[in-house]
This record gives sequence, C-alpha cells and structure tokens, in this order.
Amino acid sequence: MSYLPNVLFALLLIGGVGFFVRNVKKLSRNISLGKDIDRSDRIADRWKHMAAIALGQSKMVRRPIAGLLHIIVYIGFIIINIEVLEIIIDGLFGTHRIFAFAGGFYNFLIGSFEILAFLVLLSVIIFWIRRMVLKLPRFWSKEMTSWPKNDALNILYFEVVLMGLFLLMNAADYGLQQMGAIHYVQAGSFPVSQFIASWLPENELTLFYIERGAWWLHIIGILIFLNYLYYSKHLHILLAFPNTFYANLEPQGRFDNLASVTKEVKLMMDPDADPYAVPEEGEEDEVGKFGASDVTDLSWVQLMNAYTCTECGRCSSVCPANQTGKELSPRAIMMKTRDRLEEVGRFIDKEGEVAFREKGDGKSLLDTISEAELWACTSCNACVTECPVSIDPLSIIMDMRRYLVMEQSAAPQELNLMMTNVENNGAPWQYSQMDRLNWKDE
Amino acid sequence: MVIPTMAEKMAEGKTPEVLFWVGCAGSFDDRAKKITKAFAKILIEANVDFAVLGTEESCTGDPAKRAGNEFLFQMQAVTNIEVLNAYEVKKIVTTCPHCFNTLKNEYPELGGTYEVMHHTEFLKSLLDEGRISIEGGKYAGKRITFHDPCYLGRANGIYEAPRDLIRKLEIELVEMKRCKSKGLCCGAGGAQMFKDAEKGDKEIFIERTEEALETKPEFIATGCPFCNTMMTDGVKNKEKEKNIKVMDIAELVAGAKDL
Ligand code: SF4
Ligand code: SF4
Repeated sequence: MSYLPNVLFALLLIGGVGFFVRNVKKLSRNISLGKDIDRSDRIADRWKHMAAIALGQSKMVRRPIAGLLHIIVYIGFIIINIEVLEIIIDGLFGTHRIFAFAGGFYNFLIGSFEILAFLVLLSVIIFWIRRMVLKLPRFWSKEMTSWPKNDALNILYFEVVLMGLFLLMNAADYGLQQMGAIHYVQAGSFPVSQFIASWLPENELTLFYIERGAWWLHIIGILIFLNYLYYSKHLHILLAFPNTFYANLEPQGRFDNLASVTKEVKLMMDPDADPYAVPEEGEEDEVGKFGASDVTDLSWVQLMNAYTCTECGRCSSVCPANQTGKELSPRAIMMKTRDRLEEVGRFIDKEGEVAFREKGDGKSLLDTISEAELWACTSCNACVTECPVSIDPLSIIMDMRRYLVMEQSAAPQELNLMMTNVENNGAPWQYSQMDRLNWKDE
Repeated sequence: MVIPTMAEKMAEGKTPEVLFWVGCAGSFDDRAKKITKAFAKILIEANVDFAVLGTEESCTGDPAKRAGNEFLFQMQAVTNIEVLNAYEVKKIVTTCPHCFNTLKNEYPELGGTYEVMHHTEFLKSLLDEGRISIEGGKYAGKRITFHDPCYLGRANGIYEAPRDLIRKLEIELVEMKRCKSKGLCCGAGGAQMFKDAEKGDKEIFIERTEEALETKPEFIATGCPFCNTMMTDGVKNKEKEKNIKVMDIAELVAGAKDL
C-alpha cells in the first residue's frame, strides 16, 4: 500500500513522456516531408552559431527589454530542470530531497531557484502587461487570431502556476522542516518562500497536505506543459537548438541557384548536348517542379523553421512591406506554412504518405499565402536578420515566387515586361545593349 | 572621358587590374549615369588600370532571380560568366550593390569566381593604400545621413566602408533611427523597382525618406543607384529638393576633389 504513490508517479511519468515521444515522432515525420538539403558543412561554425544564438541568446538583446526578460525566463527554465530531476528521483523512490546531501551547495541551489522563480514570475507579469495592457502592435496584428493569442497567454499562465506551485511547495516544506517533521530533512535555503510560509497554517498535517499537493500538481503541470509544446509556438524552446545549428550560414544576399535549372540551362547553352539523351542510371529523368506551391516542395530546414517560429513578430515589425500596410507579414508566412504542414500531417495520419504524394489532399500552401503577399516582398532580409532563432521567411517567399513565375507564368504584368527586356536587351529597361557605353560621351 | 573597354585592352595585349562593372542602371538611368561618371573620374584620377565591358556587358540577372525567374537569371549568368572568363577577369568593382551581390555570391557556383568589390570598399582600399587622398573638401561640416542599401549592408555585412569615407570627407554624419543592420529598405529591392507597389497605406520610399528627413540633413547619401532613385523621388515628393540633395558616396568623393 505504501508503494501506491511511487507506482502512481511512475505511471504518470511513463504516460506523460510516452505521449511526448509520440508527438516528437510526428514532428520529425512531418519535417522530413520536406526536400533534402545539405547542411552538413562547416560543422564548427554551426556549433558556434548555435552557441551564440540559441544558448547565448545573442539575438534576443536586439530588443534590450524583451531580451533581458526573456533571458531570465530562459535561465529559470534551464535551472528548474535540475529541480525536476530531483522530483523524479524522489517520486520514483519515495525519497525526499535526495540531493540534500550536497549540503551548502544544495542550499545555494535551492536558494537560487527560488530567486529565479520569483524573477520569472515578475518577468511573466511584465510580458503579460506588454501584451494585454500596453498592447504592443506586433502582438495584435491580424495574423494573431484567437489561437495564437491564447497560446501565448496560456504559456504565461502556465509559468505563473508552475512557479507559484514551486514556491508554495517550498514554503510548506520549510514550515515542516522548522517543526522537525519526520521525512522532511533539514535542507535548502528559502529566501523567497519563507515569506509565504509565514502565511501558512502552523498545523503539521495541513502543511503536509499543502506540500504534497503542490509537489504533485507541480510535476503534473510540468508533464502537461511538456505535451502542450507540440501544439504550441512554445516548441521553440526545443527546436531553437537544431534550428540555429542547421541555419543558413552563407551571406544573406546569396540565394541558392536551383540545381535543376542549372542542368537545363547547361543543356540549352551547350551546342554539343543531345537533348534526347537518355538520362544516366540513377539520374532523375523528370525535372520535377520548379519552386514551391506546397510544403512538400520546401526543404526540411524550411519546415523546421515553421515549427520553430515562436510568433514573436519581430520579423514583421521590421518588414518594410508590413510596416507600410501591405498584406505581407513574414510571421504569417511562417505560421501559414506550419498550419499547412500540420494539415498535411493529419491527412497522412489518415490516408498514408503514398496517398498524399500521389494525389494530394486537394489543397496547397498557395491557398493560404496569397500572391499579393508574395509580390510585396523587397527581399531586403530585415526579417532574416531580426529573427532571434535564425528563421528565413524570405527563402519561402522566393521559392513560392519561383513557382508562380516558372510553373504558372503568373508574375505581375510589369515584371513580365522587365523580364522580356532582360531576355532581349540584356537590361530590365528597353534600351539597346549597343548603347551601354553612351554615358561616357554624355 | 576616355573609358577603355576590355576588348580594346585585349587588342593591346593587356589585362587591366580591375573590371568596372557598370550595371544596367549605371548605363541607362540618367541619374545613375552621373554616379558612374563620378566613379570613373576617381578611377582615372587615381591611375587605376581599369576597363569596362561596354556593349558586352549584360544584366547580371538579379531582378529576374528575385522576381522568381531562375531560368532567365541563370541564362544571364552563364552568358556573362563566359564573357568574363574569356577576358580572364580576376577583380571586379561595381557601383551597384545588386550587381555586387550577384557577382560575388551567386556566380561562383555557376563557374564565375572573381574578387568582387563594391565601389565604397574599393575607394576605401585606394585610400588605405595611399592611391587617392581624401580631405574634407566643399562638403566638410555639412550634415549628412547615410541610407544603408540592403544588398550592401544586411546582405553582405558592409556597413563601415561608406561611413569611413564620409568621415574622411569631414562631413557630419547623423544616423537615422533605423540604420546599419536595422536599416529600412528603400522599397526598390526584390524587383520592386520594376513594378507598382502592392496595395498598402504608404509607399516604402516615403516612409524611408521621412525617416531621413527627421535627421535634418543637407545631404542624403547612399551607395546604390536604386536607393538613389527612391530617395530622390521621396525628397521630391516632400518638396525638399531645393535644400536636400541625394548623393552617392562616389559623387561626394569626386565632388570633394573637384573632379
Ligand atoms: S525580406 Fe521580404 S518579408 Fe522579409 S522583411 Fe524584407 S520585405 Fe519583409
Ligand atoms: S520568424 Fe522569427 S522573428 Fe518572425 S515571428 Fe517567427 S520567431 Fe519571431
């Protein structure tokens, strides 16, 4: 009978982690629907990039206030995980504060967790005020419909509850330690929760129930939070790491040269090439589609980008098109890509991947991302520079433009004119190439 | 002005030190031609052994690529690379950040690898090597703000070369609220130059010009023919063209030297 809590705890843990693993599998399956792209070069630079941007949060401080608050919450999150390790061991083996043997160091740890928990609470409240009272425009633009808005708030409330439970648990524990209750070893230092303790009743049994209640709710809350991630923009706490690792490290101005096009162009330019040549063994004989109209035409890095996007809107707030009221919002591009990918994922769950590859589900990314959005982009790279987790919305915009132009011939009329000029005169305007040097005599 | 072409140089059996890639705007746009000439004058003054392609130059393909037409871009690129490689070009300088970016970053994979410099970088290197001297000439002490071209700045991380030249000219540089990596696009990039803007509340070039005007400048400087056009239009739109001039860095350098 006395093992009941341990067993219950084990079941809870297995259930929570199991469900999370299931979601991670789905996540990685969806990401791998993307096209292959080689990001295995420059490994040392990649580690550095990840260390600076994901671990070191270097991009966050481009906005100093939000950056500082975020760093507090981030450190709080990492450190609280050490606490979770102790909770798991205690839960499984019925021990209490198993790491207490570390003595002074343990006291220091618990003390700093408490201070961090308190700072996190403060930060979260300021975050909430920025969203709900100050109504920072980037949190209220039109793509921030009910779910994105609620998602962000849910996370904030979650943090408040988790931190609150943590402090309450410590407060009751502190009270019990003072009373010398059995099982409650004298350990830890409680710079914040000792104040809460003074509000709690001085009855040992009540304190025991409060401590146990808070302890259980805390770990249950963590497990729920873990599983909430997959459905939330909060996935960035995990994906920021691979996402920065596999980020594009080339100069931002450099766009990829579509290899399939290079092949065709070489054929066209090479007088000796035999256009009817049988493709060599192993070589794709069909060229495939140029550009992207759906998520499966994007690379897995672009799809991972979509899951990593934390909808902070920093990209859109610096986007010249967005700022001047055009329909384009790079954040919306990422959100729509993710939503579409989820939709495809659900279809595949039901009908299988083969069915999707063969006939699709009758929808595409172009149903939600409009041509007006795509054509408003100046390719200025402001969104790419600004994104704190190295997401590249511009690359998706460019791939979709490629589809519009090369597969659908659907460029705006003026651009067609420009392209005809380039083709015929070697300049975007209608001037003769023979006049190129006239400037020197004018 | 005597501007040697690669073909003439080759006929004399010479390979010039650097190819001046003029670009479409620099060849045909009336405003941009002035930048081209200013830069050419500095090259001549500094005794730089250079040549242009002249009628053999063609669009790099940048606007086509950014409009999504990868085919047209690569056709242009391959043709240009053939010409450049036939002349054994090693080093290219250009006054257009779009040409600069394309030649530098997108041509190598297609078989065209060159040392490519933007003219502000090149002028800076001439200065460092002592091949030209720059002192605050007639612009010394004037108030100026510099608009970072996206394809020079964020796209390639070049923020300081133009600013160094401005400082050398002893012009008082006042930065806009959004500058360097936070700079705001002029609105012409990504092939927008060649089409009407999408529907919105405002034109991007107006927004950027307003920001430049907030610094109360006598000059707005830039390093891109497209930015130049956009900012010039913006200043006209605000009816400030009498008091505020939009100038390329090359024009400032040439002007200070009375070339
Ligand atoms: S690259 Fe396009 S989407 Fe990104 S900020 Fe510039 S205009 Fe906006
Ligand atoms: S793409 Fe980056 S900057 Fe834009 S909303 Fe997503 S995380 Fe934020």
